[in-house]
Amino acid sequence: MGIDTSLLWAVIILVGVMLYVMADGFDLGVGILFPLVSSDDDKHRMMASVAPIWDGNETWLVLGGAGLLAAFPMAYSVILSALYIPIVLMLVGLIFRGVAFEARGKASAQSRHLWDLAFFAGSLLATFCQGVILGGYVSGLEVVQGQFAGGAFDWLSPFSVFCGVALIAVYALLGSTWLVMKTEHRLQQQMRAISAKLVWALLAFIAVVSVWTPLEHPAIAERWFAFPNICWLLPMPILTLLAAIQLLRSVKQGEAAPFVYSLLITALGYVGLGISLWPNVIPPNISIWDAAAPTSSQGFALIGALLIIPVILMYSAWSYYVFRGKVNMDDGYH
Amino acid sequence: MDETALMLARVQFAFTVSFHIIFPAITIGLASFLALLEYLWLRTAQPVYKTLYVFWSRIFALNFGMGVVAGLVLAYEFGTNWAGFSNFAGSITGPLLAYEVLTAFFLEAGFLGVMLFGWDRVGNRLHFFATVMVAIGTLISATWIIASNSWMHTPAGYTLVEGMYGLEVEPASWFEIIFNPSFPYRLVHMVLAAFLSTALMVAASAAWHLLRGNNSPAVRKMMTMALLMLVVTTPLQIIAGDVHGLNTLEHQPAKVAAMEGHWRNGEPGEGVPLILFGWPDNDTETTHFALEIPHLASLILTHSMDGTFKGLSEFPANERPNAAAVFWSFRVMVGLGMLMLLLGVWGSWSWWRGTLFSQKSLLKFTLLMGPSGLIALLAGWFTTELGRQPWVVYGLLRTDEAASAHSVPVLSFTLVLFVVVYFVVFGVGIRYLLRLIATGPDDLTADSHFSISTIRDVPDQPLGGKYYGH
Ligand code: HDD
Ligand code: HEM
Ligand code: HEM
Repeated sequence: MGIDTSLLWAVIILVGVMLYVMADGFDLGVGILFPLVSSDDDKHRMMASVAPIWDGNETWLVLGGAGLLAAFPMAYSVILSALYIPIVLMLVGLIFRGVAFEARGKASAQSRHLWDLAFFAGSLLATFCQGVILGGYVSGLEVVQGQFAGGAFDWLSPFSVFCGVALIAVYALLGSTWLVMKTEHRLQQQMRAISAKLVWALLAFIAVVSVWTPLEHPAIAERWFAFPNICWLLPMPILTLLAAIQLLRSVKQGEAAPFVYSLLITALGYVGLGISLWPNVIPPNISIWDAAAPTSSQGFALIGALLIIPVILMYSAWSYYVFRGKVNMDDGYH
Repeated sequence: MDETALMLARVQFAFTVSFHIIFPAITIGLASFLALLEYLWLRTAQPVYKTLYVFWSRIFALNFGMGVVAGLVLAYEFGTNWAGFSNFAGSITGPLLAYEVLTAFFLEAGFLGVMLFGWDRVGNRLHFFATVMVAIGTLISATWIIASNSWMHTPAGYTLVEGMYGLEVEPASWFEIIFNPSFPYRLVHMVLAAFLSTALMVAASAAWHLLRGNNSPAVRKMMTMALLMLVVTTPLQIIAGDVHGLNTLEHQPAKVAAMEGHWRNGEPGEGVPLILFGWPDNDTETTHFALEIPHLASLILTHSMDGTFKGLSEFPANERPNAAAVFWSFRVMVGLGMLMLLLGVWGSWSWWRGTLFSQKSLLKFTLLMGPSGLIALLAGWFTTELGRQPWVVYGLLRTDEAASAHSVPVLSFTLVLFVVVYFVVFGVGIRYLLRLIATGPDDLTADSHFSISTIRDVPDQPLGGKYYGH
C-alpha cells in the first residue's frame, strides 16, 4: 500500500490541535482578561463575543483526543495516563468556564460575580494546565512495554510550569486582539493597551523557550541547529519576528490585523514545536509508526476525516460569518 | 492491580458517566421537541409555539452546556483511567468515537450558536434548519456512542491479534462492528428513554404551573404535547425492553440470570418462576425472601410455560456479576416503566373527560413522576453495565486488566475533586434549570437574552418572508 495512514493521521491530529489552540485560545483568553474589565456591560460584551462559537472551538480538542485514540491508541493511553493530574485539572477548569457561559446570565445579580470568577479562574486554570501538559509532554514520558512507567508527578518541572505561564500570555494576547476586532470605544481602547503589553511579554517568553528547550533537550537542539536544517528552518524565527513587528505596529489602529498577526505567531510557534518533536508521538523516542493502530482502523477513520472535515470547516466558517462584526448589547446572554 | 485502586477507578467512571448521561438524555429529547415546535410555529403561525420554543430553548442551552463539559471529561477518561482498555480496544472504539466527533459533535456545536443567538441574524427558514441540524446531531451522537458501547457488550467483527505490546483486537468488518448483535436494541431503547425522560420533565413542568393556577395556553399546550409523547413512547419502550432482554439472554446469559435472581433450574417441567422481589446473594447462591410467580419468567424469556435458561450457579464464580445490584436496578427501571404506563393511561382518560388541566391528584402524580424517566434511565444503565461485570469487553477483557496503574492517593484525590466540582457546578446549574422552569413560558422578561419584540412577534407570512422589523 502506498498510503502512509499514520503520517496522514499525524498531520490531521496536529492540524486539529493547532486549530484548537488558535480557536479556543482566544476564547480562553477572553476569560483570562475578564477581571481586568470592570463594567458589567463590557463583561457582557466580552462573553457575547465568544458565546456562539466557544463550543465549536472546544470540539477541536475532542477531535484531537478521539483522533489520537483511533490512530495511535497506545500513545493515547500512555500520554493521558502520564498526564493524568494536569488533565483532570484542565477538565475541571473547562467545566467551570463552560457552565459559566450559560449560568452567568441566569444567576441573580448578587451571585453573578461568582460566575465571573468561575469564568476567569476556569479559563486561567485550563490554560495553565494545557501549558503544563505541553511542557511535560515535550520533556518526554517514560514508557516500558507500551505502558506508562513513570511516576504520578513526572510532568511537574520548572520547564512545564514555565510553559503554563507562557501559554497564559499567548491566550491572553489572542483574546485581547480578538476583542480589539470585536468591540468599540472604551473597551477596544483598553484591549489595545493590554495587547501592546502582552506582545512584549510574549516575545520574552518565546525568547526564553527558544533557548531553554534546546538546552534541556539536545535532540531538539540537534534538529534546529545542525547543518543543513538551520538553513531551511531559519525563516521560522524570522517570520515570527516580522509578525511581531507588524503586530506592534497595527495594535494602535488596526481592527482585524492585530488578531491575524497574533494567530500567525501562535501558529508559527506551534509549527516550530511540531518540527522539534517530529516524528515522535511520545517523546523522546516513540514514533508515530511505533504507536500506530492497525491500518484497518486508521484507514476507516481516515475516510471519514478527509470527507467530513472540509464540510465542518465550511459550516463553522458560516457560523463565524453569521456572527461577524462588532458585538452589541443585544447579542448573547443578558 | 490493587483492589482499592480498581474500585476507585470504577466509582470514578460510574460517577462521571452517570452525571453525563442525565444531560444528553434531556438534550436529545429537547432538541427534537424544539425542532417540532419550530416546525409547528412556521406552519401554523400560532404564537404559542414560538413562546414555547423560546422558553425551552433557554433550558436547552443551559442543559447542553453542562452536557458538553461533562462529556469532555469522559472522552479523556478512557485514556486517563482505562489505559489497558484503550490499548486493547482503541483500534475499534477510537474510530467510532472519532466518527462521533466528526459527524455529531461538530454538527451540534456548529449550528447551536445560530439556533440560540441567530434569531436576528438569519431568516426563519435558516434558523429552523439550524435547529434541525442540532437535533439530528444529538441522534447521530447517540448512534455512534451506543455502537461503541454495544460492541463492548456483544463484540463482533474483530480478530484477536498479538499486537506490539500484548493482545489486542483488530477490526475485521466495520459493518459487523457497528451493527453488532445488541446495537439496534440498545439504540432504540436508549433513544426512547431520552424522549420519555424529556416528556416526563415537560409534563411535570406543566403540572407544576397548572397546580399553581397558571392555566395559560402555553402551559396547556405543553401538557398535551408531553402527554401525547408519553402515551406513544411508553408502550414502545416496554416492548423494546422486552425484546432487548431476549437478545441479552442469547448473548449475555449471566446478566439475565442476575436480573432474574435465578440460580439453578429445578425439576423438568417446573419452569422458572418470576421473582418479583427478593435479595439475591452471591455468597450463598440463593435469593432470600423471594416473592415468586411460578412459570412467569419462563413465559417472558422463552415464550413457553416450562422453558428454562441457565442459572447463575452454572457460571464459574469469577464470571458472575453482583446479582443483588443487577436485580434491583432492573426492578427500579421496570417498576418506573409501569408507573409511566399508568400515568399515560390516567392522563388520556382525564383528557378525554376534559379534566386533564384541573384534576389535582393527576397533576400531583405527574409532578412526582418528573424525574422518573432519568431515574429509570440510570437504573437501566446500571443493569446493563453492572451485569456485564467482570468484563469490560464481554468475554475478552476483564475490568481489572483494563485500568491504568494509578495509585490509591491519586485516584482518591481526583475522585473527591470530581465529586465536589460536579455537585457544586452542576448542582447550581440544575437549580437554575428548575428556576427557569418555574418562571414559566409566559414570563420571559426576567433575565431573558431574547428581546421582548422577538418573543411577541408573530410572523405575518409563515414559511417565507422576513418579519423582523429591527
Ligand atoms: C445516548 C447518548 C449519549 C451517551 C450514552 C453518551 N453521550 Fe456524550 N453526548 C451526547 C450523547 C451521549 C450528546 C447528546 O451528543 C451531548 C450531550 C449533551 C450535549 O450537549 O451533547 C454529548 C456531549 C459529549 C461531549 C462533548 C461534545 C462537544 O464538545 O460538543 C463528549 C466529548 C462526549 N459527550 C463524550 C461521551 C463519551 C466518551 C461517552 C461514553 C462514556 C458519552 N459521551 C456517552
Ligand atoms: C451513558 C450512560 C452510561 C452509564 C450510566 C454507564 C454506567 C456505568 C457504570 C455504573 C459503570 C461501572 C461498572 C462497574 O465497574 O461496576 C460503567 C463502566 C464502564 N462503562 Fe459505562 N455507562 C454508560 C455508557 C457507557 C458508554 C456509552 C460506554 C462506552 C462507549 C461505556 C463504557 C464503560 C467503560 C469503559 C467502563 C469501565 C470499565 C468497567 O467498569 O466495566 N459506558 N458504566
Ligand atoms: C418496563 C419495561 C422495561 C423493560 C422490560 C426493560 C428492559 C431492559 C433490559 C432487559 C435492559 C438490559 C439490557 C442489557 O442486557 O444490557 C435494559 C436496559 C436499559 N433500560 Fe430498560 N426496560 C424497560 C423500561 C425502561 C424505561 C422506562 C427506561 C427509561 C426511561 C429504560 C431505560 C433503559 C436504559 C437507558 C438501559 C441501558 C441501555 C441499554 O442497555 O439499552 N428502560 N432495559
